[in-house]
Amino acid sequence: MPDLLIELFSEEIPARMQAKAADDLKSRVTNGLVEAGLTYSGAAAFATPRRLVLRVDGLTDRSPDVKEERKGPRVDAPEKAIDGFLRGAGVARADLIERDEKKGRVFFAIIEKPGRPAAEIVADVLDDTVRNFPWPKSMRWGAGSLRWVRPLHRILCLLTREDGSEVVPLEIDGIVSGRSTEGHRFMAPGAFEVTGFDDYEAKLKRAFVVLDATERADAIWQDATNQAFASGLEVVEDKGLLAEVAGLVEWPVVLMGEIGEDFLDLPPEVLQSSMKEHQKFFSVRNPKTGRIERFITVANRDTADQGATILAGNQKVLSARLADAKFFWENDLRVAKGEKMAPWLTSLEAVTFHNKLGSVKDKVDRVMELARELAPVVGADVDLSAEAARVAKADLASEMVYEFPELQGLMGRYYSTAAGLPDAVAAACEEHYSPLGPSDDVPTAPVSVAVALAEKIDVLTGFWAIDEKPTGSKDPFALRRAALGVIRLVLENNLHLSLDRFIDAQLVRHKGELIDAVSNDEVTALVEAIAKHGVFGAAYRALKDARNGEDTTGLEAMNDALPDVSVDLLSFFHDRLKNYLRDQGIRHDVIDACIAMEGNDDLALLVARAKALQEVLSTEDGENLVQGFKRANNILTQAEEKDGVEYSFGADPKFAEDPTETALFTALAEAEARINPAMEAQDFATAMAAMAALRGPVDAFFEAVQVNAESEVLRRNRLNLLSSIRGVCLKVADLTRIEG
Amino acid sequence: MEQTVTKPKSFQEIILRLQSYWAGKGCAVLQPYDMEVGAGTFHPATTLRSLGSTPWSAAYVQPSRRPTDGRYGDSPNRWQHYYQYQVIIKPSPPDLQELYLGSLRAIGIDMELHDIRFVEDDWESPTLGAWGLGWEVWCDGMEVSQFTYFQQVGGHDCHPVSGELTYGLERLAMYVLGYDDGNAMPFNDPDAPIPLTYGDVFQEAEAQYARWNFDVADTDVLLQHFIDAEAECARILEQPADDPKTGRRIVMAQPAYDQCIKASHIFNLLDARGVISVTERQAYIGRVRTLAKMCADAFVQTKAGGFAA
Repeated sequence: MPDLLIELFSEEIPARMQAKAADDLKSRVTNGLVEAGLTYSGAAAFATPRRLVLRVDGLTDRSPDVKEERKGPRVDAPEKAIDGFLRGAGVARADLIERDEKKGRVFFAIIEKPGRPAAEIVADVLDDTVRNFPWPKSMRWGAGSLRWVRPLHRILCLLTREDGSEVVPLEIDGIVSGRSTEGHRFMAPGAFEVTGFDDYEAKLKRAFVVLDATERADAIWQDATNQAFASGLEVVEDKGLLAEVAGLVEWPVVLMGEIGEDFLDLPPEVLQSSMKEHQKFFSVRNPKTGRIERFITVANRDTADQGATILAGNQKVLSARLADAKFFWENDLRVAKGEKMAPWLTSLEAVTFHNKLGSVKDKVDRVMELARELAPVVGADVDLSAEAARVAKADLASEMVYEFPELQGLMGRYYSTAAGLPDAVAAACEEHYSPLGPSDDVPTAPVSVAVALAEKIDVLTGFWAIDEKPTGSKDPFALRRAALGVIRLVLENNLHLSLDRFIDAQLVRHKGELIDAVSNDEVTALVEAIAKHGVFGAAYRALKDARNGEDTTGLEAMNDALPDVSVDLLSFFHDRLKNYLRDQGIRHDVIDACIAMEGNDDLALLVARAKALQEVLSTEDGENLVQGFKRANNILTQAEEKDGVEYSFGADPKFAEDPTETALFTALAEAEARINPAMEAQDFATAMAAMAALRGPVDAFFEAVQVNAESEVLRRNRLNLLSSIRGVCLKVADLTRIEG
Repeated sequence: MEQTVTKPKSFQEIILRLQSYWAGKGCAVLQPYDMEVGAGTFHPATTLRSLGSTPWSAAYVQPSRRPTDGRYGDSPNRWQHYYQYQVIIKPSPPDLQELYLGSLRAIGIDMELHDIRFVEDDWESPTLGAWGLGWEVWCDGMEVSQFTYFQQVGGHDCHPVSGELTYGLERLAMYVLGYDDGNAMPFNDPDAPIPLTYGDVFQEAEAQYARWNFDVADTDVLLQHFIDAEAECARILEQPADDPKTGRRIVMAQPAYDQCIKASHIFNLLDARGVISVTERQAYIGRVRTLAKMCADAFVQTKAGGFAA
């Protein structure tokens, strides 16, 4: 049972690609070995900046012999067919055997494939792996044609047995496999030979290479936190940076340095970004003040001066970087304080948001208007919300955000504060981007909520207006994320707002810009009418009536363009909502039963209804009532179809014959008396409980009574009674959509 | 094993050492191209010679201009006129990294004390329709060079691949000579009878160019120059390969490429004057790229570009 060791030694592999490359090497090689008939007991892959390494333990010596029987043509088949079969199977005519099958006598070929030695299989699999490696980006070099992430220099490929090790012979584009590798580029130059994994790992360590990335990362973190702790400080945790830095070094040496006094007053986020993005430094914080006071850099070597030269160099580079950051910060503060960010706001005119949706300034104007309309509904001050929307994108034009795009929003907060704007406005500059991811915090400050909603609805309606919706896995403008953002903003703040109204208003604004025939006055009039009537359709009809006789081409163009888009966008929201609720354990048929109800554009209401319904369906009464409802509905639907009439006249208790029938009348009256006010008050739990309470009387009724009685009067009255049951239940949710 | 190398004393000594180092490694030491360019890559010795299969090996200093980087001579590390040192070898030799590290030793960087790192940085020039993979080389956290394996130039796949090294000379020299203010670093030998600093040589001109670049350059004239260069480039390349006068096959790739360089520099000037909007920017870059591609197409029709008659 030999062990296999593979090392692919190259020029420096980008840090971000190393972990996945190690995984890919492992899966591609081991899969290839298994497909070729070998087995193994364990495998592990490693990566450093200059090498990908795989060890496979307990590999079988050779693949087993395989005997395969292949069915051919009938013995009386034309010669051509038989020759073809012989060629395909690679056997001679004399080797064929004949056997009787259902359809006659048929040729069979017995193909024997002898097993292959492990070395041969490894060579084939490795050759294929190297030539087809899934690097995110690969290159050629010199005059060769092989592609690798950077020039590949050595292939080490060894099979190690108890009695020694053998090189697996292979050659890829001029690189011949061997047993040699190299250690640290500077601390241990030159090649050395190895005999197996243990020898390899030990010799590498002696040559100043720590093979395992996790070991490097742990060592870095350990040493960094120790050094910080010794100075009464703490390292700001950053797992991504730690992984990246571990991928930049083979022999990590942690060095802690000072940040110049001049820069300690920069916002901590600026210090952090500056140090992390450009220098890959960790930030070191004073836990008492929360200030970032030092940095940690990780060098790739020991030096005779204990890293003094390296640290001094890094410090110098950092000072130059921070001098830049400080220069940006001070310039920006001048614009923020002195000119209230006005030049930035103007320059947003020149920044294209999307070629069909205009500039960022156009977008800001639209978002401002929508934020005004949303403000009262979310409990925010109207003027503050509009002001926040106006300045929310100003920082995009600042020097700091140009240099550090990841600081957008946050710098807006600093600069708005510097401009003397109210805290609520400054906070909205930062928070209106949220929530970005599904685990991101949702803003709760009303002004932030108004702007966050307005911005997301504007983006969604905009891309719907130009018909650039997400398809399949393609969602280049992150519209699914925007819709989920709206859903979470509404639900987590328990906001009751009619989404239709705001979708329609913003669609009108977008379409107004896109359709030439629509005047600005018409857009304004429509938006006002939507605010009054709630949705576009009603607004359009009201305006059209009021303008009887006038030219209404613009209005009509809008009416042609808008309703379908609006309906489609709302159903997109519903789809996202279904996903979101499914993750919270709410059944999809329950959601469907609630989406089918009036007022489904009030997402908070929709969810409250769905939760109450799910709750009641989990009780025995609820579950059985649904069965009763369905039975009533089926009988009724059949009768209505047969008779061609609708039984909705209200049943009369005086025709009740059976006591269960009378009881049902009473129960229905009671249920209605409870359900109606509860629905008024949107108290779904009470309404659903009242509905579920019908279960007993309904079951008893079906048990005792034949609906389709012989007496036509009785039959009609009972059908009308069923209709009342259906009516009462459908007030609560569309139970026809409940499955099972 | 490690030879101790003396520290250079001046900006020019660093250049001289690089020249002699790369000459010793077999490069043809060329002189700067006699046109305004944004970076050393624009020199035809890099852009054009990286195309086709003919082997090539050259090193040179290239004075470069980035009008938007002008700071009136006030910045310690930014100038609108600066120097790049460029090495280009085709096909890229297998020991190019080692050769490069040797050049750092030659200018006095002691590998035993410093931390040299190859950090991923893919290079792309949208104006040249070129890209490559490689690194920025860090010395103690500072970027001292760009190291690139060209994959495509002017829309053509590079085969064989050229290895390109670009040293930002001012920054490198400030680091090696130990100056935080580039204007203060010695240009020639500080013990010379007439010692000159970098600032003595360039600072005043920096202010002059900054004023011209940012506020005075006539944008209408520049726009016209751009259009003229673009038209001339196309006209040159429209000419038949066979010269009616000499009866020889003469594909005028390089004269056409001069016009492409011109257009590119004029675009940079217009950009500094702030008359190019964000949306127009892409369009201008696209127009220069079209020229670069046309020139690359023409160059592979020349002998130097590997064309066999």
